[in-house]
Amino acid sequence: MQITCPYCGPRDLAEFAYQGDANRTRPDPASTDQQVWNAYVYDRTNPAGEHREYWQHAGGCRSHLLVVRSTLTHEITSVGFVHDKTPSPARSRRRGSSKGAGA
Amino acid sequence: MAEYSLLSLLKNAWSGNRDWKPAWRKPDPKPEYDVIIVGGGGHGLATAFYLAKEHGITNVAVLEKGWLGSGNIGRNTTIVRSNYLLPESIRFYDFSVKLWENLSHELNYNVMFSQRGILNLAHSPAQADDYIRRGNAMRHGGGDGVWLTPAEIAKKVPGVDLSQNARFPVVGGLLQPRAGTARHDAVAWGFARGADRRGVDIIENCEVTGFLRDGDNVTGVKTSRGEIRAKKVAVAVAGSTGRVMRLAGIDRLPIESHVLQAFVTESLKPFVDTVVTFGGGHLYMSQSDKGSLVFGGDLDGYNSYAQRGNLPVVEEVMSEMVAMFPSLARVRLLRSWGGVMDMSMDGTPIITTGPLPGMYLNTGWCYGGFKATPASGWLFAWTIAKNTPHEINAPFTLDRFHRGAIIDEKGQGATPKLH
Repeated sequence: MQITCPYCGPRDLAEFAYQGDANRTRPDPASTDQQVWNAYVYDRTNPAGEHREYWQHAGGCRSHLLVVRSTLTHEITSVGFVHDKTPSPARSRRRGSSKGAGA
Repeated sequence: MAEYSLLSLLKNAWSGNRDWKPAWRKPDPKPEYDVIIVGGGGHGLATAFYLAKEHGITNVAVLEKGWLGSGNIGRNTTIVRSNYLLPESIRFYDFSVKLWENLSHELNYNVMFSQRGILNLAHSPAQADDYIRRGNAMRHGGGDGVWLTPAEIAKKVPGVDLSQNARFPVVGGLLQPRAGTARHDAVAWGFARGADRRGVDIIENCEVTGFLRDGDNVTGVKTSRGEIRAKKVAVAVAGSTGRVMRLAGIDRLPIESHVLQAFVTESLKPFVDTVVTFGGGHLYMSQSDKGSLVFGGDLDGYNSYAQRGNLPVVEEVMSEMVAMFPSLARVRLLRSWGGVMDMSMDGTPIITTGPLPGMYLNTGWCYGGFKATPASGWLFAWTIAKNTPHEINAPFTLDRFHRGAIIDEKGQGATPKLH
């Protein structure tokens, strides 16, 4: 498997670190609804097919990437920077992207 | 169907082994059952067996989309152990080892359970402390754990690199003597035969394509061989959990599917007579009765429903193998394959009633499915028969994630690739 980093070009899987499911949306930080937070932390859609997910080019430019990949064939249909697709006001808090760091 | 015995062996040998009967029937599905079990793998078949044996519920169908035992029951590295830390895990896996110890007798089928022990190598004083703590927890919970010094390891497993120049020098190891291996296919076949003899219908090549509903209630399944109604529908489909549960309208669960690879070498003369794990990375290895070394390592680490993985993990596993046993550097790899693991969010399985009325779910086995087969079946059967979990699987229900009662053996949090 290769991932085409938008900055570095096609690179081997070994250079990338998986950062998890990108389908989840962080609840409003002001929310105190425990069920909402539990669902965010623990529940996954886990699709068999197209999956939006975060990767980091850890052994390269260290960009956080948003990748669309098939979980059935490992085929990758799109790669972009996380900050282009999911701008986050809390980006400076954890490793560049609050959403990109995964759970 | 006759009992297997010395007499039946002799009789059939005398007649040229032409008169053996198939070990289970190939019935057509009936229109209705008391219980339908979706998934004809180890756990589904064990559940059917114990439903019939322990609870007298024999109007049961096991539906398998492919051939019996074609999923993870035939894709694991056959290790059985109960070397866990947390009380809930110790109790569950010890219960399983106890069932394993009597399983061949109970099934009248040789599952070749061999209690050759498992040795976890520790490579730093901190790791040694951690393993000793786990060994103490095991003993405290009634199990068996023994700490071995490098000198004792040298005697028990001669091939291990114990030199101080090793990249990860060995400082000791935690041995569980009652752990071991079993013949994985025989486990599926034995449970299938045992269930079939008690009247359970095992229906192969019958894929579930949907669920019958009456309001919220699940009242049966749609399959590639027609609709089948049932009072209770139990799902035990391991790596297909996401797909099957989506058919019932459940599109979010606390699991992720990941691929785990396993490997077999060419046959060697007797080399290692226990299961050995490498603590400097993650590798577990044993030698099969045919002489091949059977081993595996970490997950590939990304969501996958493909029963094949990628090369970086292959490379990593091989390098760990050679770090542990330098003398194996020139041994050739014969086969490798992948299996899909339903990784739960806390690394602990789920055996539960629900999530819908009339439905029961058995999932989240992570790496631990094979060793748990008898206990999983026994407890899932109890849960189905009594509509409530047994004391041992009461902590393993689905709602634990929303009650804050997770059982996180490794303390990794909701990061399935690390469990």
